[in-house]
Amino acid sequence: MKARITITLKPGVLDPQGRAIQNALGGLGFAGVAGARQGKLIELDLADGTSEADIDAMCRQLLANTVIENYRIEIL
Amino acid sequence: MKSAVIVFPGSNCDRDLAVAIETITGTAPVMVWHRDAVLPDGLDLIALPGGFSYGDYLRSGAMSARSPVMQAVIAAAGQGRAVLGVCNGFQVLTEAGLLPGALMRNAGLDFICRDVSLTVENAATMFTARYTAGSTIRMPVAHHDGNYVADAATLDRLEGEGRVVFRYAESVNGSARNIAGIINDAGNVLGLMPHPERLIEPAQGGTDGRAMFEALHAALG
Repeated sequence: MKARITITLKPGVLDPQGRAIQNALGGLGFAGVAGARQGKLIELDLADGTSEADIDAMCRQLLANTVIENYRIEIL
Repeated sequence: MKSAVIVFPGSNCDRDLAVAIETITGTAPVMVWHRDAVLPDGLDLIALPGGFSYGDYLRSGAMSARSPVMQAVIAAAGQGRAVLGVCNGFQVLTEAGLLPGALMRNAGLDFICRDVSLTVENAATMFTARYTAGSTIRMPVAHHDGNYVADAATLDRLEGEGRVVFRYAESVNGSARNIAGIINDAGNVLGLMPHPERLIEPAQGGTDGRAMFEALHAALG
């Protein structure tokens, strides 16, 4: 089985890289980009039957820093 | 004073830190590889060096914080042993949960490598007793991820409890409240982005880093 983990910065946490992306898009002439937030996507190849609780533990213990990041788990 | 410097793959200030400790305390630290799950007996100080451990993969300090040795460091910290994290070492300490908050990409996105002015906010710690509270000192920084972030309640608690130990005298990297270094509530775990080990001899351009190792030597014997 596969799982896809999407990690995003929590709302309110300043994202300097996102801001640079937003500015660069503006510089390319794309008007109306009001914001950009950069995150991470991690795809895991897992033994069949791995529980969502285990995947959640993987996120909390390593994949995301819950001080600054949120994560979302999708079982594919 | 018996000390250890933890060496992670990608540490690059481990020897600088070892030289600083040996020069000032007279005793060379034990270099401990990150895969070692057991620390030497009787350590007074455990130092986590600067560098780019694991190439900063995932997040700076994230992989190192889960190294086998870190369980031993966390246990030693819980027993009151002194733990010092410099730069990447500070990032590892936050990732390991020994210090609150997180260190994010510098607000200007640049890698910053220069001397900065710091205000010593708390000189009543075992790390800073040889400094004067309120004084301005100079130390080098060399980091890409030194932008300290924590929620407002955590920042207020750190400020209220005197746990902001060093503050940038001017904005350097976007750090919340210009925080450069913090200490844990028990007062035995300090993390800071600037590099005290890089200013211990006049030949290095200054000696403002000496006082930290002198203070530790005085406190820990």
